[in-house]
Amino acid sequence: MDSDGTWLPITDIAAKVNAGELKASDLVEKSLAIIEAKKEYDAIIATTAERARERAKLIDERVKNSENAGRLAGVPFIAKDNYLVFGAETTAASNILKGFVAPYQATAIERLEAEGAICVAKANLDAFAHGSSTENSDFFTTKNPHDKARVAGGSSGGSAASVVLGMAPFALGSDTGGSIREPASWSGCVGYKPTYGLTSRNGVVAMASSTDTMGPLTQTVADAALVLDVMAGRDELDSTSIERDPAGYALDGLTMDLKSKKIGVIKEYMGEGLQPGVRAVIDSAIQKLKDAGAEVKEVSLPSLPMALAVYYIVVPAEVSSNLGRYDGQRYGYRHKDAKDLTESYSKSRGLGFGKEAKRRIMIGTYVLSSGYYDAYYKRAQTVRTKLINEFAAAFTDVDYLIGPTVPMTAFKIGENVNDPLQMYLADIMTVAVNLVGAPGISIPAGESDGLPVGLQLMAAQRQDRPLLELAKATEELLHA
Amino acid sequence: MAQLARLALSDEEVEEFQSELSEILQYVEQLQAVDISGLKPTNQVTGLINVMRDDTVRDYGYKPKDLLKNVPEVQDDQIKVNRMVG
Repeated sequence: MDSDGTWLPITDIAAKVNAGELKASDLVEKSLAIIEAKKEYDAIIATTAERARERAKLIDERVKNSENAGRLAGVPFIAKDNYLVFGAETTAASNILKGFVAPYQATAIERLEAEGAICVAKANLDAFAHGSSTENSDFFTTKNPHDKARVAGGSSGGSAASVVLGMAPFALGSDTGGSIREPASWSGCVGYKPTYGLTSRNGVVAMASSTDTMGPLTQTVADAALVLDVMAGRDELDSTSIERDPAGYALDGLTMDLKSKKIGVIKEYMGEGLQPGVRAVIDSAIQKLKDAGAEVKEVSLPSLPMALAVYYIVVPAEVSSNLGRYDGQRYGYRHKDAKDLTESYSKSRGLGFGKEAKRRIMIGTYVLSSGYYDAYYKRAQTVRTKLINEFAAAFTDVDYLIGPTVPMTAFKIGENVNDPLQMYLADIMTVAVNLVGAPGISIPAGESDGLPVGLQLMAAQRQDRPLLELAKATEELLHA
Repeated sequence: MAQLARLALSDEEVEEFQSELSEILQYVEQLQAVDISGLKPTNQVTGLINVMRDDTVRDYGYKPKDLLKNVPEVQDDQIKVNRMVG
């Protein structure tokens, strides 16, 4: 078996494991060996080697007993460290959760394991998923697989880098404002953000509950579709989860005909501030779609330039509420030196949280405070309505929207750490679909000065299957 | 704001956050110019209404002792906290 960090398509791996041609135990060892060999990229916080080996043994035994071991039989994967995995330390890359051992596990992990997948490691992220570069991780910064002096993106930077480095055939991320698509674009893999509610949030450390979505990072669109198919659907433990598409999401070798597909290029994403190298890659992708017969036209969503401002009110508001539970009493870091309970809270939180978490908690507390609620939070939620209406109008005209995932390629490590606002601008093209609850995907579209550039494709809520079909056809077109 | 959010900050942090947070709040100020007449604020995005489930006990496979392993200070199987009233 090859150990160079390349993996077969996920369906093929599972088929070979079920046929006894590949052993789950060997796949787990291959994955762990690559993780070890590529340690210097700091993509991984910890492995779950012991449990992975036990699960692999079980799967190999099932195959030996002629049982079907599932659609993901023996497929190793890496979970972002904000997913609770049974018995594993789950830190969300934060000091305040250091040492926290998950007593139960996320619905996503449960569903993937039920189909035979094996979690081998936990990936690095910006602490509590607050960031675009993993530089806000309380532990270390993940390096870009294409240039170690640059960031891998974030917040699911460890997940994206691990897939590109070949540590596993897929990784899990969470996307609240671009945290799957942005690192996928910068590191050079596929990143899928589903319709809000299609994947359960249960068992994933909460960031902003109204925009958090769980999704896969993979080598190909077909792999992402298969993993989504296993993860998707209503979960009793997440009351905001929604029913799955009866057609399912796995694409099984299908390729959509691009002819007369109605695709809108978002005018507001192609304007000023777009790096010339990124523009060239996106323009070339658009031209190829036109040549393939797609009906491509420019579409304007006038309120889009306001999306980031809406996001940086709504999300910190929800963050300040969701991070209220970290008080140092029932779990997590507790400061020893406190004279009463209030001081124990303040010191545990003040010393336990990193800078970005504290920034967002304070902004959130401010915009929700009684004197400012109407001016900030309520207004932002109303502009959000405007954005939702504009997306709805656009989707009566076209079936898909496209544009860049990020306006620039990966920046250098340290370049923006002292300028939080500049860092936030990396999310400017990804936050909108989170606010409207629509699905989005980033696929590798080319390179600019040796760095990957992602093409972003979006569709209306619950149109995940057609979006994946379009993405697969586009992927084939770009790599032809 | 830090006090309200129960965050003990150092003097340097207070200074640093003051300028950073004003810059961020200045950026979001642009929303004041948006015409929102006739629009209602968004509360949720997928149109779900009153999602219910049966109120039944679910076995997660862990025991109270497992949960106590994550507690910073335990005494007699209970969570120990600081004094609450003076």
